[in-house]
Amino acid sequence: MAPDTHKPRLSRAHLLEVLRQMLRIRHFEEKCAELYQQEKIRGFLHLYIGEEAVAVGAMRALEPEDAVVATYREHGHALARGVPMTAVMAEMYGKAEGCSGGRGGSMHLFDAERRFFGGNAIVGGGLPLAIGLALSDKLAERPRVTACFFGEGAVAEGEFHESMNLAALWKLPVLFICENNYYAMGTALERSESQTDVHLKAQAYGMPAEAVDGMDVVAIEAAALGAAAAVRAGEGPRFLECRTYRFRAHSMFDPQLYRDKAEVEEHRKHGPLVRFLGWIKEAGLLHQEDVDRLEQEIAKEIDEAVAFAEAGEWEPVETLTRHVYAEEAAS
Amino acid sequence: MSPDTASDTQAAATAPGGGTTTMTYRDAMRAAIREAMQRDPRVFLMGEDVGRYGGCYAVSTGLLEEFGPERIRDTPLSESAFVGAGIGAAMGGMRPIVEIMTVNFSLLALDQIVNNASTLRHMSGGQCGVPLVIRMATGAGRQLAAQHSHSLEGWYAHIPGLKILAPGTVEDARYMLQPALDDPDPVLIFEHATLYNAEGPVRDLAGDYDPWRAAVRREGGDVTLITYGGTLGRTLEAAEALKEDGIAAEVIDLRSLRPLDDATIMESLRKTRRAVIVDEGWKSGSLSAEITARIVEQAFWDLDAPIQRVCSAEVPIPYPRHLEQAAVPQPGRIVAAAKATLGRD
Repeated sequence: MAPDTHKPRLSRAHLLEVLRQMLRIRHFEEKCAELYQQEKIRGFLHLYIGEEAVAVGAMRALEPEDAVVATYREHGHALARGVPMTAVMAEMYGKAEGCSGGRGGSMHLFDAERRFFGGNAIVGGGLPLAIGLALSDKLAERPRVTACFFGEGAVAEGEFHESMNLAALWKLPVLFICENNYYAMGTALERSESQTDVHLKAQAYGMPAEAVDGMDVVAIEAAALGAAAAVRAGEGPRFLECRTYRFRAHSMFDPQLYRDKAEVEEHRKHGPLVRFLGWIKEAGLLHQEDVDRLEQEIAKEIDEAVAFAEAGEWEPVETLTRHVYAEEAAS
Repeated sequence: MSPDTASDTQAAATAPGGGTTTMTYRDAMRAAIREAMQRDPRVFLMGEDVGRYGGCYAVSTGLLEEFGPERIRDTPLSESAFVGAGIGAAMGGMRPIVEIMTVNFSLLALDQIVNNASTLRHMSGGQCGVPLVIRMATGAGRQLAAQHSHSLEGWYAHIPGLKILAPGTVEDARYMLQPALDDPDPVLIFEHATLYNAEGPVRDLAGDYDPWRAAVRREGGDVTLITYGGTLGRTLEAAEALKEDGIAAEVIDLRSLRPLDDATIMESLRKTRRAVIVDEGWKSGSLSAEITARIVEQAFWDLDAPIQRVCSAEVPIPYPRHLEQAAVPQPGRIVAAAKATLGRD
């Protein structure tokens, strides 16, 4: 349990903002699926639908000078971190105006100004990077947090275990956020792990770790605030296992033969938006008009993002070999 | 002084006391690390046994006492994590030197080197450079058998986004580190494990040092011997033996394996019209194959004879000394290959 001091203060503005961010991600992802069908977006496309509460809740615990390392299912993290939706959508298209100049695409969103370090598409490969970013902060004595997001599939990788050990051993300021959606592509957690309580693996390295309801955005924010405060105070790494669920296929190529439709439908009933909307309406904290207004604003934002991406430029083929080495040191 | 204009080794050897000191390859590397750390507080050294133990090859002996455990950082046996940590720290503004004990163990960090270090600048559209130096020992010759004798620098030279240096002289061991640290992109430095005890001259250089150009270590007009790193010494021995047969061999030390200094190679070939490539890596799909291809692409009409290659036998490196030595390039094989380009036995 997070200490009471880290419970988020649930003002109306706070609730509206949390809802706005979750809806932005949900509708952005729905639009991406549509654009994929239209062949505007190609390659791999991994949607975050169902998991929105994790990125939105956790990101609220971070300061602008903190760093974020995410995975290939990172559109939601980029948006919640403040990367403009226009630049994210342009990156989906592969346009030069994209947040990675079009070179990365869906799986490689970057924004150095917002300290958003990918968009890392090798499962487990982002953890050592997060360790290093945190090490640079520790050596430079900067009270910063590096938030490292990864799926439960990563815990089977050696890089996960090496990184857990190093982070704990060196007391590095990393907030590990495991997004446990119970399927590594098509392999269910119980079919791939001898220990399915993922946070216990982190505890085994001497790191405080807890499981959080990943469908409850308020619970995630509270846990993240507490963990981030400890990390920032120099207490070493913290680990949150956010138990969530992916409502859509792993990628656009996935026929979902490995799980029942009924299972998905059951989880949808308890999804992060259903839960949050039900709660705030029941408690009379927000009204349907508030939700409607947010929906309108977000629809407009998405339309603008699509228009921005459509109007974007294709990088000329003449500059194909840029960004392999620094341009001032091209050799 | 530009290293490609004359025989550096000879120049240094003929100028004793003239701003030249003699030291071992090991001491030269240590001096380079110490100087870099004194010069820039962002520089730190990280790797297995670099601190208390003093380095597997005793390169970092004494540095822990001088710089402390934060900057001379012993790591667990977690190549992927500490190489990745070096990448992340570089992105976070530091200038890490990561020591991987040997190239053999670097295979445990391939994901970080090939999927992250070499791609991050590109994937981020130029936003996230990785100014990281990774040093590692390479090569055979000490009867360590198949898993401790790889020469895989040519593999890494395949990868866009990486730069590869191979100091073959004590002077390069002394001076290559700083420009590698100054580089905004990841640089891998391969130190041949048989060189650490080698002694050699080191000139006092006043700037103007370029590690990215090949060096002509010996001038000659009859055949060009192209090599680098651990086989430089044996190639120079072969050149000396060829002299006794009246053959003047030119010896090129590549120094940088990526980028390759094509110009120095082709300039030499226009003069000698014959090439032998000496590389401790295997032939198949190799750096020696790449150099051969470049010569064929750029200097085909300058050649008077088929290109020869002296590489390791296509076998994992065996333990017994006679088999190991038979597997790797030796002066006798280099001499024979050079003579073959001249149609002589």
